[in-house]
Amino acid sequence: MRLSTDAAPHFRTNDSTRKVMLDVLIALTPAVIASTWIFGLRALFIMLYSMVLAEGLEYITVRFIRKQKDFKPDFSASVTGLLLGMNLTLGVNWWQILIGVMVSILIAKHAFGGLGQNFFNPALVGRVFLMISFPTAMTTWYQPFYYRNPTIMTAASPLGMLLDQGVDQVLKNYSYWDMFVGKIPGSIGEVCTLALIIGFIYLLIRDRVKVMIPLSYIGTVVVFSSILYLVDPIKFGNPLFHLLTGGLILGALFMATDMVTTPMTAKGEFVFGLGAGVLTVLIRLFGGYPEGVSFSILIMNAFVPLIDDWLKPKIYGTSKGGAKK
Amino acid sequence: MPTFTFKGGVHPPQRKDITRDKEIQSLPVPDVVYLFMTNHVGAPAKPIVKVGDFVKTGQLIGEAANGISANVHSSVTGEVVGIESVINASTGRRDQAIVVKRTSEDQWEYLSHDKDFKKFSKEEIIQIVKDGGVVGLGGAMFPTHIKMIVPNNKVVDYLIINGAECEPYITIDDRMMREKADEIIKGIEILDYVLDPKKIFIGIENNKPEAIEIIRNNVRNNAKIKLVPLQTKYPQGAEKQLITAITKREVPEGGLPIDVGTLVFNVSTIYAIYDAVVNGKPLVERGITISGSGVKRPGNYWFRIGTTVADLLKYVGIVEEDKIDRILYGGPMMGIPISSIDLPTFKGNNAITVLTKEEILKRRTYPCIRCASCVEVCPMGLQPYYLKKLSDARRNDLAEENGILSCIECGACSYICPSNIDLSRSFQTTKKVIQAIQKRRG
Repeated sequence: MRLSTDAAPHFRTNDSTRKVMLDVLIALTPAVIASTWIFGLRALFIMLYSMVLAEGLEYITVRFIRKQKDFKPDFSASVTGLLLGMNLTLGVNWWQILIGVMVSILIAKHAFGGLGQNFFNPALVGRVFLMISFPTAMTTWYQPFYYRNPTIMTAASPLGMLLDQGVDQVLKNYSYWDMFVGKIPGSIGEVCTLALIIGFIYLLIRDRVKVMIPLSYIGTVVVFSSILYLVDPIKFGNPLFHLLTGGLILGALFMATDMVTTPMTAKGEFVFGLGAGVLTVLIRLFGGYPEGVSFSILIMNAFVPLIDDWLKPKIYGTSKGGAKK
Repeated sequence: MPTFTFKGGVHPPQRKDITRDKEIQSLPVPDVVYLFMTNHVGAPAKPIVKVGDFVKTGQLIGEAANGISANVHSSVTGEVVGIESVINASTGRRDQAIVVKRTSEDQWEYLSHDKDFKKFSKEEIIQIVKDGGVVGLGGAMFPTHIKMIVPNNKVVDYLIINGAECEPYITIDDRMMREKADEIIKGIEILDYVLDPKKIFIGIENNKPEAIEIIRNNVRNNAKIKLVPLQTKYPQGAEKQLITAITKREVPEGGLPIDVGTLVFNVSTIYAIYDAVVNGKPLVERGITISGSGVKRPGNYWFRIGTTVADLLKYVGIVEEDKIDRILYGGPMMGIPISSIDLPTFKGNNAITVLTKEEILKRRTYPCIRCASCVEVCPMGLQPYYLKKLSDARRNDLAEENGILSCIECGACSYICPSNIDLSRSFQTTKKVIQAIQKRRG
């Protein structure tokens, strides 16, 4: 009798990286549908195009550059591609998207060693690259439902208006309900808070997410912007406004929770969210850009190795945390 | 029912329903047994018989060495036909074993014993346990008499009886508690007499309601003994996790349970102590669960230590050979795979699990995606993903600094990993290397 002598444990959970990634794609679906409703088929095209390009580039890289013969897609590249697409505006064209995807997959992901090895969220690296390279295209915000009324195509984003005209002006144009369901100008996938939350609940149910990050990230933004609201409500806007506009919800729920580029303990996740929250508000209100979610998350990504070193779990039987002296 | 537990852990499929209602049946006495001189942890026993000698059941054939070691007895009545080196999967090397061929019905040789154990002094009881070759039957096989000698500067606050049985498939401790409750309570009383703890806890996972009920009824009149229902979670039965679940105390890194005033004994060990002291029987037989999808008549059995796996499986029947993937000493979480069914059993065998190919997931290994599941489930508060990186890079110094020697090899990290990375296996190797280096440095 030929017996296998593989090491214990002989039972393994029936889970895989692929299933994790598929769950993320499923969780993003409500937002994709909402964005298509708000911004039309061109938005859907951009998201799918970016996703397919990313998976294709991943295949080419792994199969022909890394020469791994038994490539089987794990869909992590699709997640990156889709998230990048959701972070674009309708103002970008096909070759700009191609450049963005190449930066995401080739530089941000594979130059660091591929899946699991990258320090920075690849989708955000691609997005920031495009924003710096093509600032006009990347800040051409289309009106929601512009396709029904093509006379006024573009508008300022609520966060841009806040800086120029104050919060009252924004609220004349858009109600909080508009912001919640996504009837505001903005990046394709970020506007519909409702759909993003629905998707996130799916991830929560499937236990696919580092929960502490969105809690501390959003919590920090709320606390920090509340303090500033008390200082000057017109200039700085209120916490609810900060929650519902810009990329905070998309960023906090789906980008800052990317497993690869975030800390490994709940304490570390808390610090990560805290830092990202402070940076987001600072950049939004005092920085050179109206929006700071992408930069905040990328900056905190860079801190992850340090955070992991600092906030280790307490080893059983030791009185102090982490490594023994 | 309030239950107690530890931090971390996983919930593998339990599969205990297959055998939990099967009464313990005695297996026929085998024609030949292989008795390792290393049927425990520590120094091997010294053979005191030679080829051709006639030995009785329960006769001492291997004498404990000095220090940590234990006696070995013949488990059949017959003739010594060989003293050979046999593959011992529990130590991972070849060990000396005495081969005894059965020639007649059992003729027992008993230890000094008495129904009224209080006629013995504490020291005499420890001597009987030593004479009887009793070792930890939960799997660790630590010589029990050594555990029972409490160092002068230590006190036993809590005596903990381990009836957690958290490994999937295994139900022998469950059955022992249900069928031999009186004997086990008596065994606990013996330990109480010797160790004189302040309090005694019996920890049982709440997936064994019958055992909890029976034991609870049996200890109702004893104010010192308390039954503690535990949450069903793997590895609840690991010594340190059990201590922490029940007492909230943590065994210091590199320390022993006695350092925090606790001692833990498995229910089967308790029965062996009872059997030695009250019935005078040395440890030559014990209960075992033989289960798994590859077994035709899975159940709980009483068998002679040293029986070959092949003889055990002959009795319970196995499915067609080409359907079988692996056969384990123990359960699917920590079980040791055996390379051949001709290998013998030993004192620590609480289960033989036969897994078919259907039950083994053939999964691809992906790179680590830092999902942090391993960190979450590690019952020792380690960072398996990081230790794996350090192990792969052979950074033994850093691995040690990050607590790799605390790893109890429960396999919870490997179980949960969505990327199917063999975490605990590489820790096993790295730990061995570090320990070998430490030993050489002295």
